[in-house]
Amino acid sequence: MIKVVDVVKRYGAVKVVDGVSLTIPKGKITSLIGPNGAGKSTLLSIISRLLARDSGSVYIDGKELAQWGSKDLSRKISILRQSNHIDLKLTIRELVSFGRFPYCQGNLSEEDWGIVDRALEYLQLTEIQDKYLHQLSGGQRQRAYLAMVIAQDTDYVFLDEPLNNLDMQHAVEIMQILRSLVRELGKTVVLVIHDINIASCYSDYIVALQDGQVVGEGCGEEIMEESLLKKIYKLDFCVGQINNQRVCVYYN
Amino acid sequence: MSIGGVLRKRYLILLLIVFAMATLGMGLQGLDQYVMQIMVISRIPRLLTVILVGMSMAIAGLIMQQISRNRFVSPTTAGTVDAAKGGVICTLLFFPGASPLLKMLIVFLFAMAGTFLFMFVLRKIKFKNVIFVPLLGIMFGNIFNSITTFVAYRHDLVQNISAWLMGNFALVTQGRYELLYLSIPLLGIAFFFAHQFTIAGMGEEFAINLGLNYKFVVNVGVGLVALLSALVVVTVGQIPFLGLIVPNIITIFYGDNIKGNLTAAALLGAVLLLGADLLGRVLIAPYEIPVGLTLGTVGSMLFLYLIFRGERT
Repeated sequence: MIKVVDVVKRYGAVKVVDGVSLTIPKGKITSLIGPNGAGKSTLLSIISRLLARDSGSVYIDGKELAQWGSKDLSRKISILRQSNHIDLKLTIRELVSFGRFPYCQGNLSEEDWGIVDRALEYLQLTEIQDKYLHQLSGGQRQRAYLAMVIAQDTDYVFLDEPLNNLDMQHAVEIMQILRSLVRELGKTVVLVIHDINIASCYSDYIVALQDGQVVGEGCGEEIMEESLLKKIYKLDFCVGQINNQRVCVYYN
Repeated sequence: MSIGGVLRKRYLILLLIVFAMATLGMGLQGLDQYVMQIMVISRIPRLLTVILVGMSMAIAGLIMQQISRNRFVSPTTAGTVDAAKGGVICTLLFFPGASPLLKMLIVFLFAMAGTFLFMFVLRKIKFKNVIFVPLLGIMFGNIFNSITTFVAYRHDLVQNISAWLMGNFALVTQGRYELLYLSIPLLGIAFFFAHQFTIAGMGEEFAINLGLNYKFVVNVGVGLVALLSALVVVTVGQIPFLGLIVPNIITIFYGDNIKGNLTAAALLGAVLLLGADLLGRVLIAPYEIPVGLTLGTVGSMLFLYLIFRGERT
């Protein structure tokens, strides 16, 4: 379980994250939604120790972030950001093997390579494992990064806009992978996401942010509510039920 | 055979042996009674120097390229070598009688300061264009250079400084190159940190995610680059291009995982430099062309070929 208590982050005079407190349930998919500038990515970066906060606490399995050693933390949480996407000439297999760094400092044992192989297989990358990252399509590349995270084998997986630039087919494919990470491998997944219909259909828990503050949290049905969405996004929403899932239309 | 084929490690080793034999054995006809003396005093020191310098510059370039995340950043395009030259003038002025080791230390401190300054500026600027960053480094180096030239001019040392400008192996003899042995443990450290450099090259956030001490690894990298560059500048002077071409050629054929390509880079650096040195000795024999000139010519042509050829691998 992750507990965030009263976290504040300022850029100059602007409070980007303004006293956020929340609890992220273990073994679930949690989505952070909200308009641009709501502080979603900043909050995710703070929880995953990439960014220092000005005040407040973050507890991961009951232990404050500052109390964790960096090596132990890298076996506990992993984070993928859009800006991670690099232009080094590396193969998928090399990238995925980096996921074992927290365990072996670069000298992979046979067991480590076995874990790399299984991660590749899990994301159906075995056949193209020797291709270079820059030769891949967007969906394949995202899967390669996810395979690295699986090889890193952390309880918590944080993803900043993992569906960016993906078409519908690949977006759904990634979400299904995330769901299986939770159901089959027992991971806890936290992601920042813009498509609220996807968030509604795939998340167990949704946190809505606006101007650095939490303005709503709960399961999909609690968040997919016309007045709340209108307040957050300043658009007229029409929420309906299709196949037992709440979806909304906001195009007018 | 394609260039990629030639780059296989066993061919590189074969070329290295052939060039080494040529370096040792060239022009010895009729000097039978002096052969041992020539070998010990001149030929073997020269061979070892060229090999160690070639490896050092190639590895320094590879590390620099990786930690700056830019293919065109090398010790010569990031102010490192120019700052080192500033160190040389400093030793000439203030410590003329210093031991080679002390000279090397002073030059190293200058190279280190210059490189860290560049890395610091690099961290501050927002506009990280592939071409802009090395241009900035070259400008940076030119500022160091003009200060050095100014000081040299005031103290009538311009000639001494321009002698450093052109890397030259003709003056390498027994007793004047041994400092370079220090590069062997440094290259060992580079191999030890290889994996870390690759991860650091993927960016600070990526490195933190994997539990890597990013700042420490970058500092180790910059320190290694500065030390290797200082060693080379103090013993033979400035070797242009090598730190830029070798990492780029290696990346095209081996990819960016440093762990797998350090050996190939070291071998290629040694082979290219040995080849350029041999060429300089043969072309206008019995005189010599400084290796800086031959390497600059051969290297720039090779580099142009690679650019126009594109990444067809």
